[in-house]
Amino acid sequence: MVGGLFIIITSQNYIKKIVGLAIFQTSVFVFFVSLAKIIDGTAPILMKVEAIYSNPLPHVLILTAIVVGVATSALGLALVLQIYKNYNTIEEKEIEAEELKSER
Amino acid sequence: MNFLIDDAPALVVVLPLIVSAIIAFMPSSRWPWIISMITLVVHLFISFELLSMVQTSGVILYEFGNWQPPWGIAFKIDGINIGLQIIFSSFVLITTFYSRKIFLSEIHPDDSGKAYSLWLLAVGSLNGIILTNDIFNLFVFLEISALSSISLIALGAGMNRKALLAAFNYLIIGAIGATFYVIGVGFAYSMTGTLNMSDLVIQLSQYSTGQLAIFAGMSFMLIGLMVKSAVFPLHLWLPPAYSYAPSAVSTLFAALATKAILYFFVRLIYEVFTFYDHYLIIFLDYVLMPLSVSAIFVGTIIAIYQDDIKKLLAYSSIAQIGYITLAFSMNDQSGITAGFIHIFNHALIKGGLFMAIGYFAFSSQDRVTLSSINGYGQKYPITSFALLICGVSLIGIPLTNGFVSKLYLFQALYYNHMFITIALVAISSALAVIYFWKIVESLWFSSIKTKVVSEDPAIYIPLWIVAISIIIFGVFSAPIVELANMASINLFGGISN
Amino acid sequence: MSNSSLIIFGLLVPLLSALGSYVFQKNINLRDSFGVIGGIITFIISLIIFDGIQNFQEFSISLFPLIQGVDFTFRVTPLGSIFSLVASSLWILASIYTIGYMRGAAEDNQTRFVIFYSIAIHAALAIAWSGNLLVLFIFYEILTFSTFPLVGHKQNAESQAAGRVYLSILVGTSLMLFLPAIFWIWFQTGTLDFKSGGILDGKFPTEYLSFLVALLVFGIGKAAIMPIHRWLPAAMVAPTPVSALLHAVAVVKAGVFSFLVVVVYIIGPEYLFESKASDWLIWLASFTILASSIIAISKDDLKARLAYSTISQLSYIILGAALATTFAIKGASFHIITHAIGKITLFFCAGAIYVTAHVKKISQLNGLGYKTPLIFFAYTLGALSIIGVPPFVGSWSKFYLILGSLEADYLFVAIILGISSLLNIYYLLEPVFVGFRKKLTKDIHLTNAPLAVWPPVVTGLGCFVLFFFANYFDEIINGVLFL
Repeated sequence: MVGGLFIIITSQNYIKKIVGLAIFQTSVFVFFVSLAKIIDGTAPILMKVEAIYSNPLPHVLILTAIVVGVATSALGLALVLQIYKNYNTIEEKEIEAEELKSER
Repeated sequence: MNFLIDDAPALVVVLPLIVSAIIAFMPSSRWPWIISMITLVVHLFISFELLSMVQTSGVILYEFGNWQPPWGIAFKIDGINIGLQIIFSSFVLITTFYSRKIFLSEIHPDDSGKAYSLWLLAVGSLNGIILTNDIFNLFVFLEISALSSISLIALGAGMNRKALLAAFNYLIIGAIGATFYVIGVGFAYSMTGTLNMSDLVIQLSQYSTGQLAIFAGMSFMLIGLMVKSAVFPLHLWLPPAYSYAPSAVSTLFAALATKAILYFFVRLIYEVFTFYDHYLIIFLDYVLMPLSVSAIFVGTIIAIYQDDIKKLLAYSSIAQIGYITLAFSMNDQSGITAGFIHIFNHALIKGGLFMAIGYFAFSSQDRVTLSSINGYGQKYPITSFALLICGVSLIGIPLTNGFVSKLYLFQALYYNHMFITIALVAISSALAVIYFWKIVESLWFSSIKTKVVSEDPAIYIPLWIVAISIIIFGVFSAPIVELANMASINLFGGISN
Repeated sequence: MSNSSLIIFGLLVPLLSALGSYVFQKNINLRDSFGVIGGIITFIISLIIFDGIQNFQEFSISLFPLIQGVDFTFRVTPLGSIFSLVASSLWILASIYTIGYMRGAAEDNQTRFVIFYSIAIHAALAIAWSGNLLVLFIFYEILTFSTFPLVGHKQNAESQAAGRVYLSILVGTSLMLFLPAIFWIWFQTGTLDFKSGGILDGKFPTEYLSFLVALLVFGIGKAAIMPIHRWLPAAMVAPTPVSALLHAVAVVKAGVFSFLVVVVYIIGPEYLFESKASDWLIWLASFTILASSIIAISKDDLKARLAYSTISQLSYIILGAALATTFAIKGASFHIITHAIGKITLFFCAGAIYVTAHVKKISQLNGLGYKTPLIFFAYTLGALSIIGVPPFVGSWSKFYLILGSLEADYLFVAIILGISSLLNIYYLLEPVFVGFRKKLTKDIHLTNAPLAVWPPVVTGLGCFVLFFFANYFDEIINGVLFL
């Protein structure tokens, strides 16, 4: 998690920021899924034999969350594309410099 | 039409979402707006239906797919959120009506279908935030509203490419906030095994002394929501986002977006986490309250130095959010009443202000700054006068609804013996006069002489509806106060299930 | 017409007069006459109400609830009837004077001026007839905002800067100090209605009363106690009709009236006196009286000198309210009348001098007295009234104030009032001496503006004539303390 946050904060490149965000979100997903595991539990697919199943609910939640994460990343990348079209760069420093220049 | 009544709670959220999908690829520039308007009229209708249902039966619990909680997702409508629902519906309708010309001037006319599709997505998801009783469901709606907001903000790139940066910034920061919230949900779920808020209360009560995991979960959830609702110092995404977005979008969001999230925030604190008094008191007294007071001052002072008026209004919004969270941080009924009153009133005030500025932006096709609106008081007297009414309400002059908010806030602070805070709030009101006065000076007291231009009724009529309601609710404040009181009594009086 | 509707009608007349001026702005004679007609009608109404109050009639109307326990009510108190009478009677003369001044000085934007003038009078009347502190506050703010365009009328850089000082001080103090004080009173008592003997006794923690008094006296910035006085000299950039009616009569009187009303009908003079909560204010008001007189001496600009004189005289009224004895309150109430008529004379004369001879500074008045004797005659009458010399009406109010200070065992206050009178003699009469001192060094062109010269003569003579009606006024003032 912290790795992901670190990447977001310190990267200059916008795509790297999105990657950092994805890493951050993925780590949270893993955390959630790990909650689902029950000791001696198996995959939560109904079987004819008596068995202990891991909790399927977090898996379901994470599916939703993954979809959200995908949409977020996709939107982010689309924005980066537009930024590139408008600024010809996706480095934060260069964009800030350009904005300062145009303000003057 | 039985399903209209039976499934009303779901319909308010689902209807905009479905219609959004329908109009997404319409090539026409007029029809998406017309269809959106029809949808939102039906939406308002259903909201009033819900109001009467709540008034008769007290609480409405709607289970999706008839799955019982805690396995199913439930919507709960009760005294706490019905007021917000009504205000939300009405204001969305007015803003959509207002948005026709202004929105279309800032985007490509062919994109109207996509733009209004995103608009309805935002409306539906914000409404979901208001109604949901499930903490993970909130995350879903939070993200839908975020994604649609980001796209809507990015539409402002036609006017100024900084909108793209603002949208990207919001995406990153918002996603971090939402993910923090999910971490919190994870902790809560791991300790209790349920995601339903009503059930969560019951399950949490077995940990009467509290566990570290629960506190960690609460902290993550609350901080995540604070990011999304722009509480200082997590507010940095808001000013660029609101100022570079298209004007109609700023209007909708400034008025409603953060408020819905603040509502849920309050609900979490006072309904779900009520058992952990000592933790809550630490959070409210040492985190929320100082941050609220800081927000009020930082927002107001930075607003004074802004030249770009939309940015000025955005920073002013941060200060106003500070007032709301200050009211909520007081841990008693009068505070929550005051907070809800200001949520309702501020929606009208800020909405009105952004509508007026939006019209100025539309007519000048340029950024609205203090120097660019010189003499507009003479040029657009109708709009300027409405702006004056909204601004006067912002400062808190009697006969406007802003005064009612300030009154109840002062009363709540007084009951809690927070006299220094009273002095600070009074000082900040006076400071707010400074930036409002700068706008008034540019409008009416500049040396530029202009002629009166005829204004577009399609724009000033919704604006004047808002301005007149500001005065009406300032004089006859009883309905708003009643709704807020109902919210706080239900919230504080116990678990309403 | 019933009593209640009389109030509403009286409040509507200035607004209708403003509307009339707006609609008929092309015909300047018609436009300007609306002010005069409005003044006459309002004066008649104020007179009827004043007379009715003397006969213990009730004039009140309650429109709708504002906040819990407080309705939007108008109710004429004896003090309010006095204030409205003063304001409306002087409005008639001021409107005539405005015609003479504005045309003589060839000011532009006269329509806007007349409209906001009328609205300001409306606000002053509404303050006079307000039934509770919240309604008073609402119209207090309206008065500030409606006089702002008048202060900044000339729209040059100096006026804009002055306008900003004006607004920031008045709005800042009212929002930061006056409004919280109102809330505090409401929180403690649940009501804000004016009542004889006050509403705070028994309901307000007496230890905090002096703090409340501080919030009120500094929050009511229009009363111009130091250090909240800077707006008054700043507002002198306005054309003189504004200075005359509003800053000698309506605006500043609204300020001291508000403070007096709070002392008499909210706090209660007995409660205030016994709690000694305003003792510090007696010192501060005395200081203001002397300090502003001394500053006045140093001013060469005539209007500036009169502005500081006004600050000094306003503190007389605050002093009377702070002393809180019977004679002190009576003196303060009476001073509202006497100072208004005296000061408006002086300001009218200052404006008349500007319009006829285009002179603003006292040092430039050399020999003008011989050319414009009427103006200087009126000025002398007004000055003598302010100084407090019999047979001018101003002497009565000063006398009552001195009696009041002795009644409260504050001998030093009586001494200060005496010293102040001496200072008044010096700085108020100096222009007269300069005017008649030597002949003019060169011939100056005099603009003829009779309408700007006759009103001060009328009010100056009024200062003299009213002296002989002191008995009548005594009865009126007696009724102030009883609602």
